Formats: sequence, structure tokens, C-alpha cells
Amino acid sequence: MSNQINPQIVAAAELHATLASLKAEGYDFLEVLTGVDWGEEGLGVVYSLTKTATGEMTHVKSVCADKENPYLDSVCDLWAVAGIYEREAYDFYGIKFLNNPDCRRVFLREDWIGYPFRKDYDESQNPEFFLESEPISDKAVCFTLNEDGKVKKTETPIFGENDYVVNIGPQHPSTHGVLHFRTSLEGETVTKIDAHMGYIHRGIEKLSEGYTYPQCLGLTDRMDYLGAMQTRHALCMCVEQAMGIEVSERVQVIRTIMDELQRIDSHILFFSCLAQDLGATTAFLYGFRDREEILKIFEKTCGGRLILNYNMIGGVAHDLHPDFVKDVHRLIDEVIPHGLKEYHEIFTGNVIFQTRAKGVGVLSKDDVISYGCTGGTGRAAGWHCDLRKLRPYAAYDRVKFNEITFENGDSLDRYMVRLKEIEESCDIIRQLIDNIPEGPIQEKMKPIIKVPEGTYYSAVEGSRGILGVYLESKGDKTPYRLHYRSTGLPLVNVMDKACRGHLLADLITIGGTIDYIIPDVDR
Amino acid sequence: MGVKKNIIGYTPAINNIPHEEFKDNATLEKLIEELNEGGVNVVVAPLDRLINLGRSHSMWPLTFATSCCGIEFMAVAAARYDMARFGFEITRNSPRQADVILVNGTITTKMAPVLKRLYDQMADPKYVIAIGGCAISGGPFTKSYHVVKGVDKILPVDVYCPGCPPRPESFLYAMMQLQRKVRVEHFFGRVNKHQKDPYAEQMSKLNKELLNMQEKA
Amino acid sequence: MFDFNIVTQWLDTLLMSFLPAWATVLIECVLVALVIITLYAVFAIVMIYMERKVCAWFQCRLGPDRVGPWGLLQVFCDVLKMMTKEIVNFRNTDQLLHHVAPFLVITASMTTFSCLPWNKGAQIIDFNVGVFFFLAISSIGVVGILLAGWSANNKYSLIGAMRSGAQIISYELSIGMIMLAMICLTGTMSFSEICQQQENLGWNIIRGHVPAVLCFILYLIAGNAECNRGPFDMPEAESELTAGYHTEYSGMDFGYYYLAEYMNLFICAGIAATIFLGGWAAPLVPGWEQWNHIMLYVPGAVWFVLKVFFVLMLLLWERWTFPRLRIDQLLTLEWKYMLPMTMTLLVVMALCVSFGFVWN
Repeated sequence: MSNQINPQIVAAAELHATLASLKAEGYDFLEVLTGVDWGEEGLGVVYSLTKTATGEMTHVKSVCADKENPYLDSVCDLWAVAGIYEREAYDFYGIKFLNNPDCRRVFLREDWIGYPFRKDYDESQNPEFFLESEPISDKAVCFTLNEDGKVKKTETPIFGENDYVVNIGPQHPSTHGVLHFRTSLEGETVTKIDAHMGYIHRGIEKLSEGYTYPQCLGLTDRMDYLGAMQTRHALCMCVEQAMGIEVSERVQVIRTIMDELQRIDSHILFFSCLAQDLGATTAFLYGFRDREEILKIFEKTCGGRLILNYNMIGGVAHDLHPDFVKDVHRLIDEVIPHGLKEYHEIFTGNVIFQTRAKGVGVLSKDDVISYGCTGGTGRAAGWHCDLRKLRPYAAYDRVKFNEITFENGDSLDRYMVRLKEIEESCDIIRQLIDNIPEGPIQEKMKPIIKVPEGTYYSAVEGSRGILGVYLESKGDKTPYRLHYRSTGLPLVNVMDKACRGHLLADLITIGGTIDYIIPDVDR
Repeated sequence: MGVKKNIIGYTPAINNIPHEEFKDNATLEKLIEELNEGGVNVVVAPLDRLINLGRSHSMWPLTFATSCCGIEFMAVAAARYDMARFGFEITRNSPRQADVILVNGTITTKMAPVLKRLYDQMADPKYVIAIGGCAISGGPFTKSYHVVKGVDKILPVDVYCPGCPPRPESFLYAMMQLQRKVRVEHFFGRVNKHQKDPYAEQMSKLNKELLNMQEKA
Repeated sequence: MFDFNIVTQWLDTLLMSFLPAWATVLIECVLVALVIITLYAVFAIVMIYMERKVCAWFQCRLGPDRVGPWGLLQVFCDVLKMMTKEIVNFRNTDQLLHHVAPFLVITASMTTFSCLPWNKGAQIIDFNVGVFFFLAISSIGVVGILLAGWSANNKYSLIGAMRSGAQIISYELSIGMIMLAMICLTGTMSFSEICQQQENLGWNIIRGHVPAVLCFILYLIAGNAECNRGPFDMPEAESELTAGYHTEYSGMDFGYYYLAEYMNLFICAGIAATIFLGGWAAPLVPGWEQWNHIMLYVPGAVWFVLKVFFVLMLLLWERWTFPRLRIDQLLTLEWKYMLPMTMTLLVVMALCVSFGFVWN
């Protein structure tokens, strides 16, 4: 099974029309948009589209005509998520997207010089750190094309003159990391949110271009630290499939179990943090108490608690600990069911929580597809977006489980999806844990790993949604371009849509239930 | 006030911690020597010790976390590791009320001014602990174009706690090291503000300019 | 039962015997003030320690245990630290109001504290409209909170203060109604007489049976809201407003808010113990002569403190179990549910009393 993709090359002028026709064909979900610097060929973008009905994918590649002043047509009228993806490509490559109403920088400071992901970027242009605060502009930038073919820049104010703008973040207890919401309030009602990201942007994708493949693995765990196993699984799987390596059954099963344990860990932490955000401190500690049991299992086998470094290209790093099966049984048969019962008693059933979550931050199915909100957020709105069902990988094709979906798409549903998924994950583990096949835990690999020339895309179902890895190789020992489909970026982008018209306190609830991890958003 | 003199055998010792354990910490030994250079005031020294007892056992951390270490920090506050035992009970969300800032995680170029400002907003006495490889030196991201290579370039760091992320035990050890450091400080007889008013110079400059302008007019 | 009047009268006659009247009054005032301040500080420290231990117990933790035996000195450490912490001054704020605000809060809290009847004869402020006075004084605190929010020149503080204003003023209505209902039953507004009556006739919560029990439950809810404690801690809602109205306060200025928060809770529990659970009255059961005889040996102050801590446990339980309400839900709860209920209870109680459906 190869994961090589051969993007259909489309001229910049026909890009919008082609994508629109593809959307009409049923490719209604823009899974990922990757900016690439092809050197001589120029700057460009690869669009990866998915049919939500079947999970089938197609890829479209478009190169900017002008290298000095690159621009492409925006597709944010077709998919809402494209808006933020295009801002990301503009930030890293300087590709201007015409008619995108808000084409500002997204991760880097507004006074940053140069576009860091370009191959000819000079690092000495910017100081290592600034001590003066970032000049945050109040104006959204929109690029349009004049009749004479020149790009014109127009600026429109983001907030009205009389808006009461409150900064929530970057240092705020319930933004789950360093996220900055500039929120305009009408009384206590949120009228608009302008999200600023990049406070933890470490340039992992750019760093990877200078690292060998095993070195790149080290960075994946630090992106989504609550999906460390899954992110690393995605990259390992992408490289293995690109090189044509078949890992043993044993590795497949171990990876599946570990992914599910990680999912339980992540969802319990989701519960804890949501409880903390809503002021139920005791429920927060209950969640952490049970989470420690999972960490104990991880620690015995992997040696780490949070950053696990377990998956390797061609297998896993260590064999399972002798106590693994016993511990996991104890976890899924005693600790988790008991914990879940307590969570429901102390928090789910509580009338205050019910009224705070019901009908708050409703996202319809069309919204979540357009905004690309996968994972629990998508499934709460009734979108069947679970990759474990759509495009099964590892050992997911041999286990039976239900894809949890709800209909309303409000905060309560998003919460319930996660708690129900904990049960399903336990069920998956239960089917696998007693018959882990024998076999090698590591395939024989060459000392230097080189991926054959080509473009590859693999994705797994992370704790928070589809986690894709786009890999472009020139046959070297380092990747030419490595791009992660961050699970959190579309989720942060949807906050504005979900929070408008709700109260300030609801912003916390919605942010908590949408469940994003900032280092994963910023990379 | 009391007479200033050297009392043989009296040093501002570190209570509650066996000296053997503390001996291998050369930095602190040096610090004590420096503090004792001018002699210890008889009346004030016990008061100092009392205040230091209070300060060291009531370090309220600021809830500040940028990435992975923050989750471990939450684990430290939670049931199994329970940092409330040591008096680090209340994590304050407002920098004004916090005593120690634990720099959990990578500090990027964009975050640096924010962190600096948070530190400036804290009230004295304030302490900094750099948690994890990223805060100490940039960690795995040293080569990045957008990462500050060590938080000590922006803030005066008191304790470094290595690890990626450090285990909760390391967190507790780092905070206990800070307690030791606090216990040998002086409250009386020296400047208690660790930091100059960042705006004082700027304001005096502005005032002078204003005066000049008025004179010219 | 031990009557504290013996002590006060002995002191009074002793001082009067060799001092002029004005000097006696002066010395007595100073003594009383010292006693109040000491009691206030001691109970605040006990309360904070108790809250930490109790919440640790709810949350499967240990709580402070390193400083002193069982961590008993923890709160002293906190106090020492807070007293030596810098108080930050700001440009572009109203300096005067900013520094006056915490004193308003602590003054209101201390004055209400001195309304509590500790023992027979041991009450600092006691006159015929004691309940009325208590309600009036306790409202001053909200002024301090509003000033704090306004003067800090911080948006979070302002939102927190506005929420607090709306919340405290609303819930004061309920508390007033509940107190009125209980006054219907007792027929007096003096705290000492309320206690005396309960010693003679039985506790109000038993005398007033159903309406009194309902009043007690509603009082626990409204009392928590009045003290800005969770689940009603919206004014400082950590996860929304970082620290609400006291975001910009540091050092002892913040310490005053912190103290006042805990002591308001104590006062709230103290009032509940006084008007529902008999205050310093011992639990006497008619007919059990032996039991009553032993119970009367225990001083009233002990009974009072025990009862207060019983109510405090209930309040802490409430605090550490529920998630926080949203501001609109909070106001809905008050104006749509609590207020009509308390009004009905007032009428029911009045009917009960006038038709003699009271358990004497």
C-alpha cells in the first residue's frame, strides 16, 4: 500500500474554477492546504480534498506565476477553513491570496521581516527576540488584483470604533496555552473574536527540513503532547509506506493499543480541563487522578510520561513491559469504568453544567465540514469523519467499534462524544490486548533512512481529529517539505463563528469543549 | 536598632533541610558567605529568618504555561504529587499576586515581550524557575528561527530544572531548591526591590523633554 | 449556663472604682477592639487552614503538611509573606480610591463580625434592631468591590466588579426576606434575644418546622452567593477574568480581600447558626433531664463555634462540588426562583405564626 500522491497540476488562472468544480463533484472537505517552495519551479500550494461520503482524496497543485510577487486566488469562499490555511501559507511563503478578506500574518509578529519557509530565507534579518511588545494592527489586510495586473492592498478595520475590546490571553488560565483572543464585547455578549496565534510557534516544519527522518520524529511528540503517540505514528506510517516497508502484525497491534491509550489520556484531560474552566475544581482532580494510571502504563513501557518517543520508523522503540497486559486490564476494567461513573455523577449530571453547555456554541454539520473541524467537534455535529472507519490503518480494520456521533453540535454533545469515545477506546483495547501477535518489534532498517523521491500523504485519527502528514522528498536523508495537518488550527479558527452572540462565560465553555492544543496549532 | 557585629558560630542557616544535603550546592554556600560578609545584625537576623520562613513556604506560582511542561505542572498540582503540601497551594492567575513564575515550556520570539511584561507586573519579591530544556536553552528547538535560546536572556532565573518535560518529582525538587535560596535572603538592611522601575528612566527622559519644550516656547 | 455578663460587669465595676467614667469607657472600647481584631485574625487563620484541608480531603489530596505539625503554620507563613510583599502602585489609576477600597471591604466585614452573639452576655454590638443593622453594614462591602473594579483601570476588574455589584445586591434581597421570615417567628430583631428565646423555646429551625427548614436551605445558597464563593464566584471567576475585581491588587491589599472573603463566609455561617440553630443555646431536649444538665455545663461559646463550623462544612461542601454558574443564570436563579420562593415563605411563616402552627 503506497501513500504516494500525484497532484493534478492546475495553472494559477484556472485554480478557483477547478477547485469549485471538484467541490461540486463531492470533494467537499478541504483536508489540508500545503504551501511549498519548489526552488526553481517557484512557490505554490497543494490542496488536498476529501469526499466526506467515502473518504476518497484528490490533490491539486498550483504554482504561482510570478516568483517575485507570488499570488493565487483565494478559495475561502468555497471552504471557510481555507481562510486560515491561506493566512498560514502567506505567513510562511509570502504567497498573497487574492480576495481573502483577512490576509494578515498569523503566527509571526506583524513586524517580522521575510518569509521563513522560503528556501532563501535569511535568518539574520530578525533579532533573536524583541523586548518591545508586538504592534498589533487593528486592520485586516485584503489583496485584490487591479485591472493592470498589479496587486492592490486594502485595509479594513477589524473592530468598530466603539467596541469594547478585551484581550483574553496570551497569558490566561483558560485559553489552554498561549492563545490570544481579542474579543469585542457588548455588555457581556461576545460580538467578534480575533484570534492571534503563534506565541508558541517553534517552526517545527522548517526545523525538520534540516533534520534526518529519525531526528524529525523527536519533534512530533512536542507538537500535540496529548496525542504524542498518534502524531509520531502518523509520521512513521508516512515514511514507512513511502519506503515500502511492511511492519509486523505485532507492531501494528501495539501501535493501535498505544494510540487508544493516548486517546483515553487525552479525553480524560479534556474532561479535567473543562471542569476546571467551569469552576468545578474537584472534578478536575478526579480526572487527573485517573490519568496518572495511564501515565504509569506508558512509563513502564516507554520510559516517559508525556513525551513518549515510542514509535520508530519500522517498528517501536522497546518491547512491551511484562506487566503491560495486566496493567491495561486493570485500567480498562476497573479504573476507567469507575472513573467515568464518578465523572457522570459529579459533573455530567450536574444541572449547572447541563444548562451551561446545552445549546451553547452550536455548529451545524455544514459548518464543521466547511470549517474543517474534525474529531469530536465534527462528530458532535453528526459528521462521520473518523479516519479509523473511513481509511482504516494499523489494526483498526480488525476491531469492531462504534463511531460516536451526535446531532446537535452544541457544547454538551462535544463533551459527550469524548466521554463515550473513552468507552469505545476501552472496547478496542479489550479486543486486542489478550491476543497481541508474536513477531519482531522492529524491522531491519538501513542506517541512513532515505525516502524515494515523490510526494506522500498519510493521516491518522488523532485525539482531536484528522492528523495528516504531507511529505515531499527529493530522495535525500532529510525531507524537502514536511507539513502536518494540525488538528487544532481549524478548531481555533471556528471559535469566532461558535462564540458570536454568546456570553463571555460561554466562550470558556466553547473553547473547552472544542478542545484544541496550542503547540499543535502553532507547531 | 541592634548592634552590628559578627557572632561566631551564627550563620543564617537553612532550616528544615539537612546540611549534608545542602552542602554539595556550592552556589548556595557562596551566597551565604556573601550575605555574611558584612556581619549579621543580632536583632534583625531572627526577624529575617521569620520572614524567610514565611516567604519560602508560601510561594504562590503564576499559572503560566506555554507547552508540554504545563501539563506536567498541572499533574504536580493534582492529587498524586500535590504541591499544596509545600505551601505552593494557590496558583494565582493574576501576576500581581504571584511570587514565582515557572517558565513552563518554550519561549518564542513572539512570546518573549509578553513574558517580560508578566515578570514586570509581578510584585517583589519575585522569583523565576526555568522549567524544562526549552526554557533553559531552547531545548530541541535551539536551531529554530523563532525560539529564544534560554529564558535567562530575558529574566533573571533563580533555579533551572532540566528535563523534557521534567518529572513531577523534579518540579518539586526545583521548588524546594528555590525555598532554600529564599531562606538565606535578607529582608532588612538592603534594597528589597530586585528590579528598577522599568518606566522610571523613560518617564524622567520624557519629563526633561517636556521641560525643554516649555523653555523653548 | 455560663453568663458572660459576670465577667464584663466585674471588669466595669473594677475600672469604675478608681477611674473616671470617660476613662473607663475608653479602656473598655480599646479592649473590645483588641478582642475583635484578635478573634477576627484567629478565626480567619483557622478558616483558611480548614478550607485547605477540607478541600484537599474532597480532592483525594493531603493539603499542607510541611510547615509545623500537620501544616498548622501554613497560614502564618502566608500572612508573613503577604505582609512583606510589595504593594504595586500604578500610573493612570485613581490612587486614593484604589487604596481605600480594600479598607471598606475589611471594615464592613469586621463590623458585621462584631454583631455575632458569642455567648450569653458576650456580644459586642447588640441593640433592638440588630438584624437590621447587620444587613445595612454588610452592604458596605459591595462599595469596596465596585471601587476596586473601577479604580484599577483594568477591563477584567471592571467586569468583575459590575458582576459583583449585580450579584450582591440581588442576593441581599433574598437574605433580607429570609431574615424577615425568621423575625416573624421570633418577634424580635435583637440577636441576643433571638438566642435567649431559642434557649427557652427550642431552636428556630425546629420551631418553625417546614418553612424554617426551607429558609435554611435557601439561606445556604444565598449566603454563598453573598460571599462571592463558588459556585457563585463570578466576580473573580478565575477561568474567565483571571482574578476579577482584585486582579490588580498585590501584597496586603489583596490580603484584605482574601481575609474578608473567608471571614464573610464565617459571618454568614455565624448568622445561620444564630437565627436557625440557636446561637449559643445548648441542644436541650424537653424531658431528658440528665442530658440537659450535662449540656448546660458546656459554655455557650463552644456551642456557637461548633454550630458555625457545622454550617461552614455545608458551605464548603457546596463550594467544592458545583461548577460555576453563568452570570445570566445567576440572576435568573435569584429573580425568578429564589425571590418568589422567599416571599412565599415569608407569607407562609407569617400565617403559621398567626395561626399558632409553631412547635413550641
